[in-house]
Amino acid sequence: MIYLQLFWEFFKTGLFAVGGGMATLPFLQAIGESTGWYTYTDLMNMLAVSESTPGPIGINMATYVGFTAAGIPGAVIATLGEVTPSIIVILIVAAVLQSFRNNKYVDRAFYGLRPASTGLIGAACVSVILEVLTGVRLALLTGIVKAPVLSGESLLNIPGLLLAAALIVLTNYVPKVKNLHPIVFIGLSAAVGVVFRFAGA
Amino acid sequence: MESKKGSGGLWSLFWTFAKMGVMTFGGGMAMLPILQREVVDNKGWATEEELTDYYAIGQCTPGIIAVNTATFIGQKCGGMMGGIMATLGVVFPSVVIISILAGLISNFADLAWVKNAFAGIQVCVCVLIFNAVMKLLKKSVVDKRTAVIFLLVLAGGLFLKLSPVWFVIAAALAGILLKNLEAKQA
Repeated sequence: MIYLQLFWEFFKTGLFAVGGGMATLPFLQAIGESTGWYTYTDLMNMLAVSESTPGPIGINMATYVGFTAAGIPGAVIATLGEVTPSIIVILIVAAVLQSFRNNKYVDRAFYGLRPASTGLIGAACVSVILEVLTGVRLALLTGIVKAPVLSGESLLNIPGLLLAAALIVLTNYVPKVKNLHPIVFIGLSAAVGVVFRFAGA
Repeated sequence: MESKKGSGGLWSLFWTFAKMGVMTFGGGMAMLPILQREVVDNKGWATEEELTDYYAIGQCTPGIIAVNTATFIGQKCGGMMGGIMATLGVVFPSVVIISILAGLISNFADLAWVKNAFAGIQVCVCVLIFNAVMKLLKKSVVDKRTAVIFLLVLAGGLFLKLSPVWFVIAAALAGILLKNLEAKQA
């Protein structure tokens, strides 16, 4: 049964995530919330691994999530689920290529879709930042806000914020460095995490 | 035009796209130069212009850009089966590599240094997502109305108990409605 559910969840993701790999992130968050297959933190780790390994990020994430939920068959089924809508949609579009490109409704729909897709990724971004850098947990589907102040943990992850600030500068403003592949920054952050014991472990 | 149908052509599609899947590091954007070299220069499966078209459409149809482009080129060379084989090819390396890695990582997840490393990596992932959003903002928020759509979906995504599916459907309808109104006024 889990296979059927995996296929369906990823079919929906493949059909409604517009704008590439990162656009699947809010969908994957919602799947994690509603099924309990993985946590937020798990998803972040999967994203990091997906960015650092060969293959398109969106496919790597689907495979990873599928594997986490149901092993190798899960990985295969999640990936197939995610690409099935693409295959169907593209085969249809290819058949009517000329009229698709000139269709004003397609054009108009995308006028609304593009900012919405950015908004969804933005929301995922905000909740992920809150979780990693402040410890405030904003549950996507339950609406529960969990502030760590109540449990006595510190509200701000100071070393994390410092690393984030350094990374923002490195990835946006330092010439040459900013064009390096993300894997370089992921590796650097892993090293910083180990040296400064980011998990406190 | 030369037809690429038949099992030989289909396997060639599968392996060529599997090779490109391995060489792609990162998002669909990273794939374009590799596609140009393999599909246009080496195999002659599509012209430069066709590839640009496929790529542009691949970005604005649902799903992973690399997969959409692969299906497009595959179907051009070998019809429906060609599209399917090219797509299976492009995802094949991911399934193999990630399955192996995911198995390995879960075995080492309890080691202290692995936990610390991932805690550092999570900070980096935050920054990478943040950068992606900033880049997308420039392309998608082009006027006041798209800014409003962006902010509404951002707030809705954070605070509402709704599947992202509904935001996508609503935004597509809003786009059509707004542009129709604009056309009527003009």
